[in-house]
Amino acid sequence: MRFIASRLLQAIPVLLVVITATFFLVRAAPGGPFSADRAVSPQVIKALNERYQLDQSVWQQYAAYMTDLARGDFGPSYKYPGRSVNEMIFGGLPATAELGLYALLVAVGIGLCAGLLAGLRPNTGQDYVPMTIAMLGICMPAFLLGPLLVLVFGMRLEWLPISGWGDLPGDKVLPSLTLGAAYAAYIARLSRAGLLEVMSQDYIRTARAKGLAEWRIVSRHALRGALMPVIAFLGPAFAGLLAGSFVVETIFQIPGLGRFYVQAAFNRDYTMIMGTTIFFSVAIVLFNLLSDILATWLNPRLRLALRKGSGT
Amino acid sequence: MALLEVEGLTVSFRSRYGQVTAVDNVSFSVTEGETLAIVGESGSGKSVTCYSLLQLLPRPPASIEAGTALFNELDLLRLSERELRKVRGSEIAMVFQDPMTSLNPYLSIGSQLIEPLQLHHGCGRREALQKAVVALKEVGIDRPQTRISDYPHQLSGGMRQRVMIAMALIAEPRLLIADEPTTALDVTVQAQILQLLKRIQQQRQLTVIFISHDLAVVAEIADRVLVMHQGQVVEAGSCSEVLQRPQQQYTRDLLAAVPRGAKQKTATEVAPALLRVSQLSTWFAGSGGSFFGAEAAPNKAVDDVSFEVRRGEIVGLVGESGSGKSTTGRSVLQLLPQTAGLVEFDGVNLSQLKRYQMQQMRRRMQMIFQDPYASLNPRMTVYECLAEPLLHHGLAVRGSAMAQVLQLMDDVGLARAGIRKYPHEFSGGQRQRIAIGRAIATRPEFIVADEPVSALDVTIQSQILELLLALVEQHNLSMLFISHDLAVVRKLCDRVLVMRAGKLVESGAVEAVYANPQHPYTKTLLAALPQLAAVP
Amino acid sequence: MSVALPVDAQQSSSLWGDAWWRLRRNRAALAGLIFLSVIVVVALLTPLLAPYAYEEQRLALGASGPSAAHWLGTDVLGRDMLTRIMYGGRVSLLVGFVATAVALLIGVLYGAVAGYVGGRVDAVMMRFVDILYALPFMIFIILLLVIFGQSMLLLFIAIGAVEWLTMARIVRGQVQNIRRQEFVEAAVSMGLGPWTIIRRHVIPNTLGPVIVYTTLTIPSVMLLEAFLSFLGLGVQPPQSSWGLLISYGVETMEEFPWLLVYPGLALTLTLFALNFLGDGLRDALDPQSASGRGGS
Repeated sequence: MRFIASRLLQAIPVLLVVITATFFLVRAAPGGPFSADRAVSPQVIKALNERYQLDQSVWQQYAAYMTDLARGDFGPSYKYPGRSVNEMIFGGLPATAELGLYALLVAVGIGLCAGLLAGLRPNTGQDYVPMTIAMLGICMPAFLLGPLLVLVFGMRLEWLPISGWGDLPGDKVLPSLTLGAAYAAYIARLSRAGLLEVMSQDYIRTARAKGLAEWRIVSRHALRGALMPVIAFLGPAFAGLLAGSFVVETIFQIPGLGRFYVQAAFNRDYTMIMGTTIFFSVAIVLFNLLSDILATWLNPRLRLALRKGSGT
Repeated sequence: MALLEVEGLTVSFRSRYGQVTAVDNVSFSVTEGETLAIVGESGSGKSVTCYSLLQLLPRPPASIEAGTALFNELDLLRLSERELRKVRGSEIAMVFQDPMTSLNPYLSIGSQLIEPLQLHHGCGRREALQKAVVALKEVGIDRPQTRISDYPHQLSGGMRQRVMIAMALIAEPRLLIADEPTTALDVTVQAQILQLLKRIQQQRQLTVIFISHDLAVVAEIADRVLVMHQGQVVEAGSCSEVLQRPQQQYTRDLLAAVPRGAKQKTATEVAPALLRVSQLSTWFAGSGGSFFGAEAAPNKAVDDVSFEVRRGEIVGLVGESGSGKSTTGRSVLQLLPQTAGLVEFDGVNLSQLKRYQMQQMRRRMQMIFQDPYASLNPRMTVYECLAEPLLHHGLAVRGSAMAQVLQLMDDVGLARAGIRKYPHEFSGGQRQRIAIGRAIATRPEFIVADEPVSALDVTIQSQILELLLALVEQHNLSMLFISHDLAVVRKLCDRVLVMRAGKLVESGAVEAVYANPQHPYTKTLLAALPQLAAVP
Repeated sequence: MSVALPVDAQQSSSLWGDAWWRLRRNRAALAGLIFLSVIVVVALLTPLLAPYAYEEQRLALGASGPSAAHWLGTDVLGRDMLTRIMYGGRVSLLVGFVATAVALLIGVLYGAVAGYVGGRVDAVMMRFVDILYALPFMIFIILLLVIFGQSMLLLFIAIGAVEWLTMARIVRGQVQNIRRQEFVEAAVSMGLGPWTIIRRHVIPNTLGPVIVYTTLTIPSVMLLEAFLSFLGLGVQPPQSSWGLLISYGVETMEEFPWLLVYPGLALTLTLFALNFLGDGLRDALDPQSASGRGGS
């Protein structure tokens, strides 16, 4: 569809900005990647610099990097000789993707249920209890919730394993909960507000006047409108989940992309930082695109306007 | 035989100021096959009465305190939610005021139309859709087979109201409650919808409760009338009885407030022109032009319009929504940039003035807006609001502005005690008085009034119209009076301009145009105007 | 719904007065306000109120649980936890307030200009914001802090740089909305100049949403700071913040859980209070409920 194509076109400059900014930021860093190590002789540094083409001008390096990138090659890792950034990214990706998926399921599942329950009976116990919990979820960051869950369910009660990914049964529960909790809270608040907003619309009154039952009014007439803000939130939520994975993977020692990224940041493994940054950015931009398309598709006004062919 | 018998209905609302009774001991009955109109101003409880019959009011804050409503030997007010649902839509159906918001924007009109059939008659989807096509045809929608898969936003306001009516009638209810079904519509569309309702009512021998604030509309459609005021029934009787021989003072006031007849005194015709507009055009950049592609065609909101306003004269500018009448008013005042043409005020070409010169000039030309809720800054008191123009144009100094502001408040009929109050503490009519006070503060010679009374109740409307007339006479003002309401224009104006789709189609002295319209559009407009026979 | 309520408002009250009245009736928001006031006062007076000096260590004591001498216990170096939480709170709050102020300043100016000027300028300015929005900022902040070292100033700028975007969008939307209002048109037709209109008519009416959003930005900034400090990229020792204290607490939580629980509690409660206050303010300042009458 033309709409998707035009959105993809708009994403390209964003990605170019990201890549360029990342590249020059990293180059502007004080000290090269190898100067931090004390025990290395100047000759070795020189050799290393030559090998990684760090002796060329910045523009040459930029051109070379962009060319590699166009071929999908993120270059070699500075810190782990012999391993390419591609290998490391795709090594960490499965765990992170799985964690993100489960967390998203937690967020959407719990969040929607809580939000819709609360929105159906505003200003009652059915509203206050889930909403207070949701507020708690927003106020308790993953790096606090995670350790607390570990403390209670892992160390004291010893119900669930406290680290690892796919090694022991149930070791995926705590990380997914930790990562998803805050977003479940946001989604609960958004869907509650959305439902309240929609339920006050005139067309809900029309539906009532037709004699529809309450559950049918909600499911048929209100739900779609109420979910629009949630769908629009999915893009930013995905970006947040990625950032959250840094912490969660560190806490639970999950061999995922997030932990690699944090390690790379501390090791000043520049190609790795650049590679993961760009990879994350592409993922975020694409996910934003996806939630955009979904929101447009669900809104008949926008959908029909597009079908008529007025592209943008 | 009475189809519905309401007895002692009392409804109250919980508010910040305690329990407020909105409907107070209301009783009435509706006979099978008749049209009962419930008439009243805002806050009279007419809508609350009808919504409580189907228990469509949000509870809380609303609560039904007392009363019975017998329908088919069922007391509607005592039914359980489950029993009520069997009545809603199948026995009693509703049409609402605003067709723009009363249809679900996410669902095609077909799937909204068939819901009552599926629910109450147990129809399958295919069968229901066939019936829906028939229903659409009945309410006068052409190509119903294709329209049925359209979404509400693809339909005009009048079409949507037709769909609403089709949807209400599709399950063949015995009683139809229509809540101001034509208020949001243009006058020509209103006439069509009224005709449609009348036709269907007669064909089906339908019983209708018609809620309205507009006595002229009621006169066209109702068999019997119920007048409500402040939650109580003031008067009830046959339509001709109540409208011709009202018994109660409030009904008489209401009838007297309906604008009728021509202006008493017409301005002298030889006065020199104060404002001269020639070949004015205001175009807006077309929307929907793509980022890369060619510019969309401009929207010609005002297209080659010429007229003049003489000193001491009120000129009416009439048109339906989208005719460009408001844009014309704003272009004259240079609030919108004109695309072409000439606006001369007292011999000065306004578009050639420098910005500060124009700001000076604005002292002499002012504007009154339609919505008194939006045209006053909510964070400024009456004093600040009225003193601002005086201080800005150096007509008062900070210390002495108070006396002038109080004088202004007297002029527009506001109680002096309210000087420190904020706009939200006033009623709509009082707010419009504040706005008028602000407009006349600088003693302007010319005022553009953009639908200044259309947001107001009819009794308030007549008061404000009187105020405007008095001020025009007192200060020898000239006025461009923009309105969609031909009756109001006739009552107030000396001359009239008729606009349609950006063009001026007819102009002339009010009585001449009303008696003998030349342009077919003017004829349609005048024919569509609901008439209320003269009251003795 | 076209149901009008008769409302008699005898007493003169400004919209702010009304808002304050509504806020006072919202218990959660009021409790949040009181709690925050206490926290802010304690943070301001920490050097006077703290039971121990910030640097004071008692290595011999080591980590000890809550006691009469140390209400919230001590950490592994024998430092009083209450004192550390109080000083950490100063930093957390400072970051919260200053970075929010940065966001507020940029966002309000940018949004107000875009909204008031409108047209092509607005389109370009908002397009720029859209592009920035699409950037993965969290990753960029981490990158910046990694590359240029961890300094408080950089932290302020980095966080402020993210948060101003939303503020700019909100202000711009609000200004545009108000610009379309008839009372602004009335001011123009009165002959007022653009600056007078902005000052007298536009700004006072945008304040409500700005106040609300500011209250909600502070907790999200504090969360961001805590997150970065937890990763070791934010506040650096010897300075301390709640995020940093939590990250220390995590290391020893199996043996000394109070080192995790108390700073966590401090952070969570403060964020709780800020969010409740923000929600309460939103309800109180909502113009919809302020003019809840409307014609029939």
